[in-house]
Amino acid sequence: MTPLGRRAFLTRVTLGLSGAIAALVGIPIVGYLIAPLFRTLPVDFVEVGKVADFAVGQTKLVSVRDPSPLAWAGQTADTALWVRRRQDSGPLMFQVFNVNCTHLGCPVNWQASAEIFLCPCHGGVYYADGTVAGGPPPRPLFEREWQVAGDSLRVRQAPLPTSRG
Amino acid sequence: MIRLRLLLARFAAWPGHVASWLGERFELEDSVLAVLKHPVPRELERPVGWWYVFGSATLAVFVVQIATGVGLAMTYVPAPNSAYDSLQFISHDATLGSVVRGIHYFGAGAMVVLVLVHMTQVYLFGAFKFPREANWLSGSLLLLATLAMAFTGQLLRWDQDAFWSVVVAAEQAAQAPVIGDWLAHLVVAGANVGGATLTRFYATHVFLIPAAIFGLLGIHLYLVIKRGISEPPVAGLTVDRRSYRQRYAAMLERGIPFWPDAAWRDAAVSTLVVAGIVVLAAAIGAPQLGKPPDPTVVVADPRPDWYFLGYFALLALIPPATEALVIVGLPLLAFVFLFLVPILWPDGERHWSRRPVAIAAVALPFVGYVALTVAGLESPWVPRLEGASLPASVTRGLDAPALHGAQLFIDKSCWACHQIDGSGGRKGPDLTHVASRLSRDQLIARIANGGGGMPAFAGSVTPAELDDLAAFLQTRR
Repeated sequence: MTPLGRRAFLTRVTLGLSGAIAALVGIPIVGYLIAPLFRTLPVDFVEVGKVADFAVGQTKLVSVRDPSPLAWAGQTADTALWVRRRQDSGPLMFQVFNVNCTHLGCPVNWQASAEIFLCPCHGGVYYADGTVAGGPPPRPLFEREWQVAGDSLRVRQAPLPTSRG
Repeated sequence: MIRLRLLLARFAAWPGHVASWLGERFELEDSVLAVLKHPVPRELERPVGWWYVFGSATLAVFVVQIATGVGLAMTYVPAPNSAYDSLQFISHDATLGSVVRGIHYFGAGAMVVLVLVHMTQVYLFGAFKFPREANWLSGSLLLLATLAMAFTGQLLRWDQDAFWSVVVAAEQAAQAPVIGDWLAHLVVAGANVGGATLTRFYATHVFLIPAAIFGLLGIHLYLVIKRGISEPPVAGLTVDRRSYRQRYAAMLERGIPFWPDAAWRDAAVSTLVVAGIVVLAAAIGAPQLGKPPDPTVVVADPRPDWYFLGYFALLALIPPATEALVIVGLPLLAFVFLFLVPILWPDGERHWSRRPVAIAAVALPFVGYVALTVAGLESPWVPRLEGASLPASVTRGLDAPALHGAQLFIDKSCWACHQIDGSGGRKGPDLTHVASRLSRDQLIARIANGGGGMPAFAGSVTPAELDDLAAFLQTRR
């Protein structure tokens, strides 16, 4: 083994110190930047309206506000959902759909008279129960968990749905 | 009189004195001037020199983008609840705001076009070959950075289309294998598009990518000076890695200084390009914003600026099953190809006339992209959701059932995807003459059962309504 020369030693020390500086600053910055990715959403159910607001057989757009939005979020703290009331009561009473098309996320539009959801981007079509009727969507509309508490309909918060679920 | 003239002469000599003082004290002769006057091949004096101007024209527009970008950042508020209003202020109230935003907008388009023209010239001239491979590689990364700037910039408009574009971008990112979901949430900076999303895009657009561009530009320009500007190719004269450098050095022995012998052409073209951008900005102004971003308004038709329309159209036209592959695979393949170009073909023929495959590699994607852009402009795959009505020429003289059928054609959203006499969507077949193709029974079966991308309407159309719809469509011969 050849002894480490003075210059080679100093080279390693300098490179090592530079790396240490990068790590000292880099670790907190990277941690700060990727933290939002690992923040779990509160599993809150949020009220979207009174049960009586939804007539059986109808599909209606509701908006739900993020329970703890950033102060400057403005309108982006709102999310729209399609609520379909199927029955008077029971476990099949409601279907709550994300507005996002399962193809690429554009908002689908309910055509009340034709009873279909139409996506304005690439023409995805869904039936009233969210199943695919035509176009590129790979799967039915994403649904949200819901519960009836007293006289109000509550919906569970969820992240932006992707086709991988 | 004579003393006055002497005094004037002395004043007239001042600028020269100042210049030489600055030059000496700042050692400009050895640095800036030495670089500016580096020798370039003598052929660049000839008209072929006009092909060598696109890199510096791109650089000129980049400087314009920095200047206007800094100006816009003085007023733009990158917060979701204020961004839209601050942009409306810039576009409509701020003195010259519309012009500055317009320059930034047309400058962005010019950047994309000029980078591609520059790369095409370099590719067809074989200038990426030995010993300039790294010039090409750093240039490819600069193309990537330019496209990233164009995309993030469009999102900063933060109108309804921009909001949904972010959603679509996240959904596209989600198609990537394994890390898809993680990428999607990285794009929106959290679980949903919200308060954190816009600031993330803003910082990326004004700090992160520009920092990368400055670094890459440093490498790119350093290599341009160090390796020298490639001589115009001569058919039959090939690049040989053992002898090229000597040949090039000998060529520079009788070269011309870049400044000003070649630089004047760069200045002339850059002036034309920048003047064109400013004239467009002054005449047309900044692009109008759409509706304010509101996730609870579900009417949106997000589409990118014109230079991305072809890619947008491609994603709409390919079979859905291949989408994940195309969304992730195609851009990846394109950039892998770009990076491999100088590594796979570092020597041999440079002249385009001896490289037919290279010409095809430029021409085919170009023609394809133009065709896709035209398709993107027309977007026949988009159902029409607003303004549903049939012209009077269609409904005139119909009997009661057919007239009711015409109304159902609107109410049941047939119109959204089908045209009659030029009115309606174009996603499905044109029904202007449908009665000459399909019988009454065939019409009813098709409406009730759907098929070929069309929904089945049996559940939402009563038999009586079906009869009336068919009665209406049977009048279309």
